[in-house]
Amino acid sequence: MATYTYTPVPDQGAKAGVLAYLVISCVVLLLMMLFGLLMRMEQAQMISIGALWFYKIMTLHGAGMVGIVALAGAAIMWHFLRQYVDLSTGIFMANLILFLTGVVMILASVLLGDFHAAWTFLFPLPTTSMGMWSPGAAALFMGGLLVIGVGFVLLHLDIARAIISRYGGLGRGLGWPQLFGPDDGNAPPPAVVASTMVTIVNLIGLVVGASILVMMLINVYVPTFEIDALLAKGMIYFFGHVFINAVIYMAVIAVYEILPRYTQRPWKSNKVFLASWTASTIMVMFIFPHHLLMDYAYPKWFLIMGHIIGYLNTFPILIVTGYGAMMIVYRSGIRWDMCSRLLFVSLFGWAVGAMPAFIDGTITVNYVMHNTLWVPGHFHTYLLLGMVAMVFGFMYYLGKPNENAPDSALDVAAFWGFVIGTMGFTMSFLYSGKISAARRYAEHLPEWVPYDKIASYFAMLLIASVLVFIFRFLTRLGLASRDYQRASLARSMAT
Amino acid sequence: MQETAWQVSLVLMLMITFGVVFVAINSGKREEEYGPLVKRAYSFRTKLFWAVALVFFPAMIYNLMGLPYSPKAVASSGPAQVINVTGHMWYWEMDRDQVEPNQPVDIRVTSADVNHGFGIYDSDLRLIAQAQAMPGYTNVIHITFPKEGTYRVLCMEYCGVAHHNMMTEIKVGKS
Repeated sequence: MATYTYTPVPDQGAKAGVLAYLVISCVVLLLMMLFGLLMRMEQAQMISIGALWFYKIMTLHGAGMVGIVALAGAAIMWHFLRQYVDLSTGIFMANLILFLTGVVMILASVLLGDFHAAWTFLFPLPTTSMGMWSPGAAALFMGGLLVIGVGFVLLHLDIARAIISRYGGLGRGLGWPQLFGPDDGNAPPPAVVASTMVTIVNLIGLVVGASILVMMLINVYVPTFEIDALLAKGMIYFFGHVFINAVIYMAVIAVYEILPRYTQRPWKSNKVFLASWTASTIMVMFIFPHHLLMDYAYPKWFLIMGHIIGYLNTFPILIVTGYGAMMIVYRSGIRWDMCSRLLFVSLFGWAVGAMPAFIDGTITVNYVMHNTLWVPGHFHTYLLLGMVAMVFGFMYYLGKPNENAPDSALDVAAFWGFVIGTMGFTMSFLYSGKISAARRYAEHLPEWVPYDKIASYFAMLLIASVLVFIFRFLTRLGLASRDYQRASLARSMAT
Repeated sequence: MQETAWQVSLVLMLMITFGVVFVAINSGKREEEYGPLVKRAYSFRTKLFWAVALVFFPAMIYNLMGLPYSPKAVASSGPAQVINVTGHMWYWEMDRDQVEPNQPVDIRVTSADVNHGFGIYDSDLRLIAQAQAMPGYTNVIHITFPKEGTYRVLCMEYCGVAHHNMMTEIKVGKS
């Protein structure tokens, strides 16, 4: 039976590899945000870069963001998971090297080869360029994705090995003995449960993604090797959905691990928690048809499954993880600093972003909102104010000079700039979706432009705030690797 | 529909905001005994679960009515008018661009090259229907245009450098 006594856990500094992941994440994240701003400013007619550059930047922004949040999420997961299981540093670094290799290939494909088929590389667009890019550029882009994917497969295989070795199986990593039997209070900690879930879904997603990439690479040079476009689309969205969702489940480990240190309250792997993560493991893999609701050629049951799971998927987010964070903070005496603020607001961002997301997964809504700006509206909410806030919260945690160090007014201002900037930016997206502004348009119709301008100003505020976050982390890198008490103790415990 | 989606989203997002702000405001003073607080919180969570379930499940079922995958029954019967559409990089090929109002129309959408999206906008520039145009498959939009006028068609799936220019029109009126 679970008890609710908190056992203090020492704050460990980050290994050099984790810091390398995070520094690269800072640089690429900032660059990709600037690319995003350029796209919004182009749509707002504030600059003029032309359609070709817009779509090249769009392709880089999509691939770059998905890749870099995965890298940052992996850094968080690895940092905490290695405190419970024996992970290989060599594999962790091999993933980074493969990632950087893939990034170079993608950059070359887009910047030198003019590839601009979007990060979703929907078949057969990469191989049907109308002379806009060469087969070699398409192969380089898809090869780059494949190399990055191989790195993550290696990382997850190592994590699977470590969890199996420590706990005796992936089912045990998910806490199934405690979920389906008596709860003896010995279920794995939340960090292990979350890592197990991510490993299971990502390994399956990456294998499916790699399979379609290999098929498409063959098709580039052997066009008689035909691929069914509907099958390819399903495989791509299965991989894409699983991979991008997994980044949130990796990053939320920072919340599970750090908020208890601030509140001196345990985050327990009880039955509800374990049931929620097992349910999420299944739902993340079967929800992807909600990307395909406008492909009527799929069986109707398949599309309805996407609709139904979209509704069900909100329960673990709202009722378990979101509510759990509220429970642990409520009347805790928590001391608000940049880390605790960002981690707390990240659950808010995840939960509020999930609302327009599941509504978009309603078939009758999707009929008139699919591929409008409603879609980037919801995923930017839960990724930016959710996942990315978790990453920056983790960075502030690592770099906090001591448990009582106050935040500067600039940092606090940056926090509010980040929250207001993100909400303004994403609500502009959502409102543009409401008025049917189409997604992925280099040029917007005049009716849509005012909202693009508003979004651009909020994006500037957001990026200015992120600059402060990144500057602060980089200036505190020396502290981030040391072991010392970082988390401020809750009020009545400290005084 | 868009207005409903927007308003429901806003209401749900605001409810979450109120909950988060409530917790943040009540975070300063510590309640030392976590066990009793957990019990109260779990009891409230059970109620919250059922409250959410009682709203979400009926909404989920209700929204499965009137799916766009089958023709809707219309008062004015008769054979559907058919438009055969093929998407090309970067134009729409349609075998007719005029239909009668208040009569069912089947728009058979496919593609000759890559994925496109056939999105129909009314005169207020509001998206009223769409389907993906996919090579090797035909998706059928079943629609009855209620008003005469010119409906714009925009591409709803990214298809390359002129994706945003891939537009055409459907005229609805008595021939």
